[in-house]
Amino acid sequence: MTAPNPQLDSHGRLCHLLTTEGLPASILQAILDTAGSFLTVNAREVKKVPLLRGKSVFNLFFEPSTRTRTTFEIAAKRLSADVVNLTVATSSQTKGETLLDTVANLSAMHADMFVVRHSQSGAAHLIARHVGAGIHVINAGDGRHAHPTQALLDMYTIRHYKGDFRRLRVAIVGDILHSRVARSEIHALTTLGVPEVRVIAPRTLLPMQVERLGVSVWQDMARGLEDVDVVMMLRLQNERMNGALLPSAQEYFRAYGLTPEKLARARPDAIVMHPGPMNRGVEIDSAVADGRQSVILPQVTFGIAVRMAVMSILAGQVEP
Amino acid sequence: MSAGRIEIRGATLVDPLSGREWTGVLCIEDGRLLSVGEPVAGFRPDRIIEAHGLVACPGLLDLCARLREPGYEYKAHLESEMSAAVAGGVTTLVCPPDTDPPLDEPGLVEMLKYRARGLSQANVYPLGALTRGLQGQRLTEMAELTEAGCVAFGQADAPLQDAQVLLRAMQYAATFDYGVWLRPQDASLARGGVAHDGEVATRLGLAGIPVAAETVALSTILLLARDTGARVHLCRLSSAAGVDLVRQARASGLRVTCDVAAAHVHLSEMDLGYFDANCHLIPPLRSGRDRAALRAGLADGTIDAVCSDHTPVDDDAKQLPFAEAEPGATGLELLLPLILQWAREEGLPFALALRRVTTEPARIMGLPAPALAPGAPADLCLFDPLAAWQVQPGALRSQGKNTPFLGWELVGQVRYTLVAGEVVYASAPG
Repeated sequence: MTAPNPQLDSHGRLCHLLTTEGLPASILQAILDTAGSFLTVNAREVKKVPLLRGKSVFNLFFEPSTRTRTTFEIAAKRLSADVVNLTVATSSQTKGETLLDTVANLSAMHADMFVVRHSQSGAAHLIARHVGAGIHVINAGDGRHAHPTQALLDMYTIRHYKGDFRRLRVAIVGDILHSRVARSEIHALTTLGVPEVRVIAPRTLLPMQVERLGVSVWQDMARGLEDVDVVMMLRLQNERMNGALLPSAQEYFRAYGLTPEKLARARPDAIVMHPGPMNRGVEIDSAVADGRQSVILPQVTFGIAVRMAVMSILAGQVEP
Repeated sequence: MSAGRIEIRGATLVDPLSGREWTGVLCIEDGRLLSVGEPVAGFRPDRIIEAHGLVACPGLLDLCARLREPGYEYKAHLESEMSAAVAGGVTTLVCPPDTDPPLDEPGLVEMLKYRARGLSQANVYPLGALTRGLQGQRLTEMAELTEAGCVAFGQADAPLQDAQVLLRAMQYAATFDYGVWLRPQDASLARGGVAHDGEVATRLGLAGIPVAAETVALSTILLLARDTGARVHLCRLSSAAGVDLVRQARASGLRVTCDVAAAHVHLSEMDLGYFDANCHLIPPLRSGRDRAALRAGLADGTIDAVCSDHTPVDDDAKQLPFAEAEPGATGLELLLPLILQWAREEGLPFALALRRVTTEPARIMGLPAPALAPGAPADLCLFDPLAAWQVQPGALRSQGKNTPFLGWELVGQVRYTLVAGEVVYASAPG
């Protein structure tokens, strides 16, 4: 682990956003502060600022995603950037080759920023290693590894509703094993000083030695939710529901679905979050998803501001 | 080939077989050592090698070096890899059967041996495929393959999923006392995995290969080896639990041998860093605890030999996200310095450390023990034990330039390599 942090330049400034791991708390806080200033832009009649005028942002999606791509697109456009969306269908044989070739080709078209989603962990790191100086890479999700902007918008949401991170107890519930969101949330929470992060999942959905990431592990959801301030639910992918990982969606819901009864074990003012899209009745009961403690829709709103903040800081238009 | 008379002067002679280290001359005639230590009266060498400051030892034997022929000539070819072997002081090597097509027919084996012989460099011993096409279903014609030159039989990294086929293969091989070389990995437990199932894979979001993939397969192999009496060699151990199983099996009298790859003696999962695809190896680099157990097993003899597991991979196949990158690393030219580094770190004399790449692999291959003794074949390695060099693509003869050791400074550099009394490699110092 002697290689320098690939996200920071020689002056310690953010040059790529690849993961929340290994970033100083000051940079995470700066992103959240900047996002706060953009929230007002999003509420205005004319929702545009000229910070990225003349810059080209390429949304490079090797894995289909409407929601994340759209929020990045809106964020870039509100910053007045030119946005190009590319959804690259991939076969497993040619995926990698096209990855660096595609990036080289787009770099030749004078891209300033790549927003990358890929099914393989490490794809964004690989691209960041190969782009020319001055080109920035934002990881919009790589395999099971990281989804830093999702984690940052979650941090924004928590800060918005709960204030000081250093007094919180946070539970992350669901498929930790396959979740890039969970990994990025864990690193962000521990970096920002949350004293207790719990992960709640059946043992088939927990990665090895996850406690080394600085979390405590709980199997019993009701006990794990005891007195928490924040409940972060994860999406369970359809293909994991009936196989060797889990017997059925119904049984999963019984043990790990968030119901009003289970939520009652948390603090009365606890907030409920979900990165979307939700599987109602699988990981979350509609009564909770639409209930008074749910902040799932505000998460989406904050997501645009957070992505605007990341882009403008990377482009050097905002001093963090 | 008519080898001339060579006299090597001033070298420190290190004989792994006897454990002796002393200074003296080596006289070579007709491809063999004529005398060791003492000059021969009236010996008129055609060539004198001044070797003051160098160590002379038997040439290295590498139990696993992929030459990539036939079938993968775009990754490497025989010329480049044979040249890499002698540059690394390796005078005998075993190439595994995972070529394309696999080494499952006598004709392929004969062609490979013929091509290798034509290059007059290291001695090449193909490992025959245990099953046809490495498919794990039908046995190969082991007798014919042995006649063609196969040293033993194995599956390389192709899984043998059917335990009944494994049992039959061992029974059949045992009938003729052919060696069966197996890398213990349960295919279903390893399915989809690309890294050690531990902290680093969790952090990086890489699919894990649990230690149980090794231990479950090892248990099966050890039980069947006991039942069949087959001469089994275990390839590329990776875990502490695996070393324990082998240690127990040997303590109970089972006749098995095993090896480890040089990379696993020095590296662990931590070296993956930020998805370094050069660390995508088979088996995966495991925890620091596992590495410590491999080193302890190597020191106490539970692990007999160290091999390079040389696998030239082209850049295109490595410039990919970690899981998609082709596993493997170049290694022939790093084997000696990595063994020397292990010896220094553990405070072992060179003679003892070099046993792991000379005496022991020869025993596993069923060859006479290489020795610095009159009459022995003059397959020799002369190296400068103090020369430091940096691992860079330009410093490697192998066509494969990818290795986790890129950028490392290693100590110990080969100056001369002799095969059957011929100088097949000589480098200027510096």
